[in-house]
Amino acid sequence: MTAVRNETEIDIGEAGEFAGPVPGAGAPHLPQQPDLVQLLTPEGERVENAEYPLEVSDEELRGFYRDMALVRRWDAEATALQRQGELGIWASLLGQEAAQLGAGRALEDGDMAFPTYREHGVAWARGVDPLHVMSLFRGVDNGGWNPVQRGFGLYTIVIGAQCLHATGYAMGVQRDGAESAVLAFLGDGATSQGEVNEAMVFAASFAAPVVFFCQNNQYAISVPLERQSKVPLYRRAAGFGFPGVRVDGNDVLAVLAVTRAALRAAREGQGPTFIEAFTYRMGAHTTSDDPTRYRLAGEVEEWKLRDPIARLKAYLSRSGLADAAFFEGVDAAADELAVRIRRGTVEMPDPPPTAMFDAVHAEQTPHLAAQRAQFEAYQAGFEGGAE
Amino acid sequence: MSTELLDLPATRTLTIGKALNDGLRRAMEDDPKVVLMGEDIGRLGGVFRITDGLQKDFGEDRVVDTPLAEAGIVGTAVGLAMRGYRPVVEIQFDGFVFPAYNQIVTQVAKLHARSRGAVPMPIVIRIPFGGGIGAVEHHSESPEAYFAHTPGLKVVAVSNPVDAYWGIQQAIACPDPVIFLEPKRRYWDKAPVDTSATPEPLFGARIVRGGDDVTVLAYGPMVKTALQAAEVAAGEGRSLEVVDLRTLSPLDLDPVVDSVRRTGRCVVVHEAPVTLGLGAEIAARVTEACFHSLEAPVLRVGGYDVPYPPSKLEEAYLPDLDRVLDAVDRAMEF
Ligand SMILES: Cc1ncc(C[n+]2csc(CCOP(=O)(O)OP(=O)(O)O)c2C)c(N)n1
Ligand SMILES: [Mg+2]
Repeated sequence: MTAVRNETEIDIGEAGEFAGPVPGAGAPHLPQQPDLVQLLTPEGERVENAEYPLEVSDEELRGFYRDMALVRRWDAEATALQRQGELGIWASLLGQEAAQLGAGRALEDGDMAFPTYREHGVAWARGVDPLHVMSLFRGVDNGGWNPVQRGFGLYTIVIGAQCLHATGYAMGVQRDGAESAVLAFLGDGATSQGEVNEAMVFAASFAAPVVFFCQNNQYAISVPLERQSKVPLYRRAAGFGFPGVRVDGNDVLAVLAVTRAALRAAREGQGPTFIEAFTYRMGAHTTSDDPTRYRLAGEVEEWKLRDPIARLKAYLSRSGLADAAFFEGVDAAADELAVRIRRGTVEMPDPPPTAMFDAVHAEQTPHLAAQRAQFEAYQAGFEGGAE
Repeated sequence: MSTELLDLPATRTLTIGKALNDGLRRAMEDDPKVVLMGEDIGRLGGVFRITDGLQKDFGEDRVVDTPLAEAGIVGTAVGLAMRGYRPVVEIQFDGFVFPAYNQIVTQVAKLHARSRGAVPMPIVIRIPFGGGIGAVEHHSESPEAYFAHTPGLKVVAVSNPVDAYWGIQQAIACPDPVIFLEPKRRYWDKAPVDTSATPEPLFGARIVRGGDDVTVLAYGPMVKTALQAAEVAAGEGRSLEVVDLRTLSPLDLDPVVDSVRRTGRCVVVHEAPVTLGLGAEIAARVTEACFHSLEAPVLRVGGYDVPYPPSKLEEAYLPDLDRVLDAVDRAMEF
């Protein structure tokens, strides 16, 4: 039964579709996937999965709604700020809130996450100030947080590089005998990179306590998943020698349950897991991208029906766990957050130009110190309208 | 044949981006063995649209949207080249060439020598390079010295639509591997291109402005900066000769040496960090060839020896007209 859908996916006939006019059209759709872990249907029905029982309090459920709504609002504000020239670029997480908050909240103190450049929801879950993310996209710095202190690595733009770092960090955790685990984030496109595959080889070989959390949002910029893989991504894990699981990435509860279980297994010395969070990038790749060039609006419309926030809202309302006042409160908090982010971004001071010379090395070299001094003298020549 | 070029007038005003697109199109028409490979180059037409429309006209076998893997792109290009194809690969941004660096340095650069000439490597690796576009990390690098330092590779940098149009075709026709650097912040600069003209050779420098006081050398995005500096200097009564190096490996220093013997002063400008950049090699060679004519040491204007900074600081990092003029002043006052 489980195999049916998978078999058709690697069937040549259907593979032919991949070259067809609608990229992503060949992507399997959620309801037809018997092997997809889901605890909350797109309609907001709570369902059980024997392998992934989830105990979650009402307060936590409301917390998830709040987290996702606030992060979405942050994302919208950032997109607007980019349009207004206040950010250089923005990589929207729209549609991936459940994948990121579910994964982010599965982490415990002492765990470490290694993000790509789109993990604003995980940053939020780790307590990173949104303004520290905004400063990166504004071009002020490369991210204002301390990665080790926060348990959240710096955003990594070079596709896949962080997967090796996560694995190495996990090897360190292992040597320390610590009860912690590491969560490596990556995209569907990233799975093609050699370095990602090397990370999985190392992780498997050393049974490192690392979980690879792949947000399959169906695209790598314009390139649909089918160009990266002819098998569902989670099945790649088998070839490396560790379990792979596909979870409904738009279901925050399922993501939480699956990621918790994988992190727990890692902490207990059972080695890595690969999680494929099946989701969709609702927006453009970044604010520089024009997705109308490579995908049809109909596809986006279809995915709107699986919105991660709407389904939790439906569940909370229907089961009486939240009332109108609660949702109004969240909206108000989102408004406040947006104001704080906007003000903080617009008022963010430019760094002093000499900042580029600082921290290049742990021990400044005489050569660079001299270059810095020359630079300062040169800059000073322009001050006070000397010309 | 697919061509939109045939019906057009011979001389058209093109941006660098469009000139590259037309040049690629013409190369593909001229040689069915030319295959384009890269991330997002097909349906999207590349993030800078340099390959716009080419997949539609030449098909998915000749304009290939690859998996997201640079080592894969360049490594498979090697195999295709061995099989008689002429792969033209696009690296999306300069900072993403490094996963392919192993293939470039250990394989692409060496196969001809290792096979004692039996296996040519007619591969073109197109890289949008340099900063100034307000980008995030890894999108503004100037990696040319890594490649110019590697025996077996040829490295060129175009600065204008005419060279873009012809240069890409010449690079594709070249039997050796060519690292083809495109000045991304100048993609939208325009100039008339006469597509019926006879092009200048690819591996030659060109004097783009005559002058007597100081010879200023630049390539890629810095040629425009050097020309602007020359314009301002002229207003101050100083005459700069500007040379567009065009080819970084091999370097064509004959016109430079002639020029420096006349001016006695030489300033080299590039965005890449000064330490062991192209300017270092040029300074050494110019000094050897022009020692007795030099009135001042060869001066270098380049990036500082720091990682390319966040975009709010790139203006302070990048050589600009003022920094070129500052070096000119120092050369004159020496
Ligand atoms: C090594 C490398 N090559 C190319 C790029 C340019 N690039 C940025 S994002 C991206 C697509 C990534 O797709 P995916 O891994 O699916 O992540 P998503 O953006 O969908 O979250 C590409 C090709 C890069 N950042 N790094
Ligand atoms: Mg993706």
